[in-house]
Amino acid sequence: MARLLDVIREDLELTGTKEGCGEGECGACSVILNGKLVNSCLVPAVQAEGAELRTIEGVASDEQLHSVQESFLHCGGAQCGICTPGMVMAAVDLLKRCPHPDEAQIRDGLAGNLCRCTGYGKIVDSVAQAAERAIQVAEESRS
Amino acid sequence: MNPSLHIGHSRIRKEGRAKVTGEAQYTDDVRMEYMLYGVTVRSSVPRGILKGIEFGEGIPWDEFVIVTAKDVPGELNVALIERDQPFLALDRINHPEEPVVLLAHADRYLLEKARAAVHLDIEPLPPLFDLEESLACKEVIWGQDNLFKKILIEKGDVDSVWAGAAHVVEGEYKTGSQEQLYIEPNGAIAVANAEAGVTVWGSLQCPYYVHTALKALFNLPDDKVRVIQMETGGGFGGKEDYPSLIAGHAALLSLKAGGRPVKIVYDREEDMVATTKRHPSRTRIRSAFDAEGRLLALDIDFALDGGAYLTLSPVVLSRGAIHAGGPYRCPNTSIRARAAATNTPPHGAFRGFGAPQSLFAIERHMDVAAAQMGMDPIALRKQNLLRMGDATATGQIIKENVDLPGLLDHALEKLDYSAKKENHRIHNASLGPIKKGLGFAIFMHGCGFTGSGESYLASVAGVEGRADGKVHVLAASTEMGQGANTILSQVVAEVLKVPLEYVEVVRPDTALVPDSGPTVASRTTMVVGKLVQEAAIGLRQTLIQSGFLKVPYDGEGFSSAVKQYIAKNDHLKAYSQYNTPPQIVWDDQLYKGDAYTTFAWACYAAEVAVDTRTFEVKVEDFVAFQEVGRVLNPTLAEGQIEGGVAQGIGYGLSEQVVWSKGRMANGQMTNYIMATSMDIPRIRVYFEENPYPNGPGGAKGLGELPMDGPAPALLNAVQDALGTSAPREIPLTPERLMDLLDLMDFLEPSNV
Amino acid sequence: MRGQVPGCTVHTPTTLIGALEILFAEKGAWRPLAGGTDLMVLFAAGVLPFSRFLNLWGLDELRGIETTSDSVSLGALTTYAEIRTHPLIAAELPNLVQSAWVTGAMAIQNRGTLAGNIANGSPAADTPPSLLAYGAEVQLQSLAGSRWVPYENFHTGYKQTVMLPEELITRIRVWRPKGDNFHFFRKVGTRKAQAISKVCLAAYARAEEGRVAEFRLGMGSVAPVPMRALTTEMLVQGQAIEELDGQFIAGAKLALMEDIRPIDDIRSTASYRRKVSANVLGQLLEEMVERFKRA
Ligand SMILES: Cc1cc2nc3c(=O)[nH]c(=O)nc-3n(C[C@@H](O)[C@@H](O)[C@H](O)COP(=O)(O)OP(=O)(O)OC[C@H]3O[C@@H](n4cnc5c(N)ncnc54)[C@H](O)[C@@H]3O)c2cc1C
Ligand code: FES
Ligand code: FES
Repeated sequence: MARLLDVIREDLELTGTKEGCGEGECGACSVILNGKLVNSCLVPAVQAEGAELRTIEGVASDEQLHSVQESFLHCGGAQCGICTPGMVMAAVDLLKRCPHPDEAQIRDGLAGNLCRCTGYGKIVDSVAQAAERAIQVAEESRS
Repeated sequence: MNPSLHIGHSRIRKEGRAKVTGEAQYTDDVRMEYMLYGVTVRSSVPRGILKGIEFGEGIPWDEFVIVTAKDVPGELNVALIERDQPFLALDRINHPEEPVVLLAHADRYLLEKARAAVHLDIEPLPPLFDLEESLACKEVIWGQDNLFKKILIEKGDVDSVWAGAAHVVEGEYKTGSQEQLYIEPNGAIAVANAEAGVTVWGSLQCPYYVHTALKALFNLPDDKVRVIQMETGGGFGGKEDYPSLIAGHAALLSLKAGGRPVKIVYDREEDMVATTKRHPSRTRIRSAFDAEGRLLALDIDFALDGGAYLTLSPVVLSRGAIHAGGPYRCPNTSIRARAAATNTPPHGAFRGFGAPQSLFAIERHMDVAAAQMGMDPIALRKQNLLRMGDATATGQIIKENVDLPGLLDHALEKLDYSAKKENHRIHNASLGPIKKGLGFAIFMHGCGFTGSGESYLASVAGVEGRADGKVHVLAASTEMGQGANTILSQVVAEVLKVPLEYVEVVRPDTALVPDSGPTVASRTTMVVGKLVQEAAIGLRQTLIQSGFLKVPYDGEGFSSAVKQYIAKNDHLKAYSQYNTPPQIVWDDQLYKGDAYTTFAWACYAAEVAVDTRTFEVKVEDFVAFQEVGRVLNPTLAEGQIEGGVAQGIGYGLSEQVVWSKGRMANGQMTNYIMATSMDIPRIRVYFEENPYPNGPGGAKGLGELPMDGPAPALLNAVQDALGTSAPREIPLTPERLMDLLDLMDFLEPSNV
Repeated sequence: MRGQVPGCTVHTPTTLIGALEILFAEKGAWRPLAGGTDLMVLFAAGVLPFSRFLNLWGLDELRGIETTSDSVSLGALTTYAEIRTHPLIAAELPNLVQSAWVTGAMAIQNRGTLAGNIANGSPAADTPPSLLAYGAEVQLQSLAGSRWVPYENFHTGYKQTVMLPEELITRIRVWRPKGDNFHFFRKVGTRKAQAISKVCLAAYARAEEGRVAEFRLGMGSVAPVPMRALTTEMLVQGQAIEELDGQFIAGAKLALMEDIRPIDDIRSTASYRRKVSANVLGQLLEEMVERFKRA
């Protein structure tokens, strides 16, 4: 039962998606499959056939970073960086479901992504800032 | 106003963009042509004699590359402090994860089948798992007496004090093992052949440690071994000495495979059970105080469980022993420290390196003593905190103007200690199941290597002007999330007065960078930063003297000067080598003198809520107040503290390694309990800046410091919440806390 | 990854009947595969003793939450995320929502299914206590037909169930509570998210004329299977709410400690599980009394 993670990393050679545990705990392998956040290490590849897949490589558009990536840079949300692709995916997913999250909602949205470096504070800040940026962008485009 | 260009500014992490886009290349992201995968067959028996190796049925063994101890071309044992740990067991098995056979194949699935089909015939010997049994030599499993190292630190005469002291307080404290749990497991890729030598790419902290070990393993000269660090997904000490082993394994397989690249990446379970963890410890403290609470004597017995081989235990023990007396002035001190062998995988480096163990004991003991003497723990600390001019246990005179009582006050103020204390008094008097408490710990962490370590190392780092006008930093110091790239760049860009984009840090590669020492001991910013600062000064000087660089200049001007210089002289490099700061004296035999060139100081304060129904301890608020010299990059520094505190909270409350016959029984992320984003409160970080003259831009080291304080602060808070000084062992899991309270009810039924 | 991909076969039927035919034709040869959040973990660890998988994920017949005036019926493939965001379940069967909320984290909740949680048979699973408290029923279907089994009879021993090799779980049904009721759910896990339960307790109670007319207590991680605490239930059921005082509660706690059969394992101890179960029962009863007195 090939794992979606192996298909992504080996067949598609998209190595931005990481394997931290292979047991569904760490979230380093998070991707968005048919609009839903999943741990690609737990998804049998057959179940992803024909599905729409978004990995970290598809978050920035060309040279333009996604607002979540931008704020991870500015707030210090990435340290060693190994959890970062998964964190970014979880944050992108959260902000889609819940564009104005409070701190508790952010923590809940990221609870499946373990980070050993940051203690989560700066990641929470990053997501909050990304939400703010999105609001600003929306307001600017309206006015 | 900050007059500096870069120092003190939150510059964006140099390699940040590559990390947030997923472009950063970690070891497992690399695939090479003709690459094989490697796996390790391990002993599974804790102690015994290897009698034979059988290769079972149903596997096409002729397709496999198979390596055993007999294939080792050079030194079988890993070259570190001593050479006692074999890369592969020859005949003796000393722990249940001892590597015995290596296999490589292009098909990973077949490889797993093959791993399971290797049978080791091992005649078991009686194992030793218990630290006390090892100290008592119940079996002798290492050397003459199981002791990797013994240290005695003596000052004054403790025995002259007991009889006349107003109070004598005794206590025993224990700390468990702890898994580093970097999210990227250990891994390495190697290419080795007879002509070209050995090249290794890996997830590692100390390229030159691996370099040294590989030279001995293959019996090769310096230039035939090359070690390259890949992006490293966390280390925390866990990638300090272990990478030598895994790199050696990959290289042995590659050599036998005729030079085909071999990749070994551990899965999570193998990483957890087989690689190093923090040393478990036991500390006994006997202390004497006068009637006002002044410390008269400290008699400390500090013991570490080192696991099966010596590896880094002597230096871990050393740091632990030196920190064992805490930040206190005490005229009579005796610290006896021992690291002993057991039949578990060797314990190794983990952020803090012995200090979290001994500081837990002393900081917990101060609250235990306060309770026993009926004193306020704040007052008791203030009575005894080190001041400028005081001597530590090793006789090191504190020469900096450190204000520890002030640090304590500030931390408590930030926590809103007095108001909370009053609220808790009322809250806890009600019958509700939640009891609240406040606790703190005050401590120091020695920056850089202990004693004469830095002098021995005599590290070198440099900078190099490039043809494109940029400057490269040349150091073997590795980036593993802590921000080394950014900090070293900031230091150099500050000296050169150029924008940060003009400075790049070269990926550590032993063929390209000098040995700036291992990336450990909170030394990169303070020690290596100083070296690159000096080198940068030299480079700038050279440019000015050559006439290409005219002051004042801008970034463009600088870079064109570099280009012109190189066009004329081919290359532009400057190096600097470590010199011990003046007046630093250390005696390695007597353990006397200046153990560290300086210390970082801190007070951490915590508020907890204990649910007496479930015995869970929730951290409600956490203040981390510290003096780390000058802060070079506030965002990175805060990130270091927050991350360290999170690990410290885990160390204190939840991260339990469950041992079964010398093997970690809970080697899965689901069963080893590190905190999620829901378990950690917002950690409030504050710095008091007191520039340190010998650090670049005034900086000291800070990476390990935050590991030391959380566990004692939290247990002190639990003592405050429950009114019992019983908790003395970490992690204080709910199960442990329940058992302690049950025992108390049993001993003192009136408390029910 | 220690699982053997090459030796594996995954078959993906397009209809429920198609799936049942395969299970029937080769009884016991095929392992149903839903969201994979249990199976894939074991597979990757190389400890899964099966190699042929019947992929149910695409079977729309097994999806959907249907409500009638009396009941809520959840398709076998209902995910935690679907339960978590269902307004009617949130309003009337809050324990189920809570179970879903505390299961793993978002990525698990998007994939893990209710039937998988049940069929996997783990005593530490988090929806079973709620399902027990609500008196749920499980629909098992094979080519031979379908049957409804009370969920409390579903597990027969550690990782053993009444399900036949040719059967699938197709739906789970819960009756909509009527009258004046009280719901309680508490998971005591190893941490706040991504946690395995050390003790999990869910209760449903209905009050009528000052008495506890109905009381069901479902428990996880305290026995080889998810269980109802029957002695404790009997003690509480029929009691006048006025009489549920401290002394009564102390008695109920003792009864519960007898009801359960916890063990020591790498996550906790039997004595912890026993004591904490009792303490949380105390909390539950206190909250229940308060709640019913308010009404
Ligand atoms: C990181 C992580 C965290 C988790 N946290 C929790 C938690 O907090 N609480 C908790 O309770 N669980 C937790 N789980 C386990 C939980 O996700 C599973 O129990 C899940 O509900 C199983 O559903 P699935 O669809 O993924 O099952 P699968 O893995 O696909 O299958 C599980 C079992 O059920 C069988 N099966 C599935 N569907 C059917 C069917 N329709 N008919 C018959 N048999 C069927 C399969 O054959 C298999 O034996 C966690 C898992 C992970 C990886
Ligand atoms: S690798 Fe998938 S969750 Fe850790
Ligand atoms: S940044 Fe290292 S694990 Fe999160």
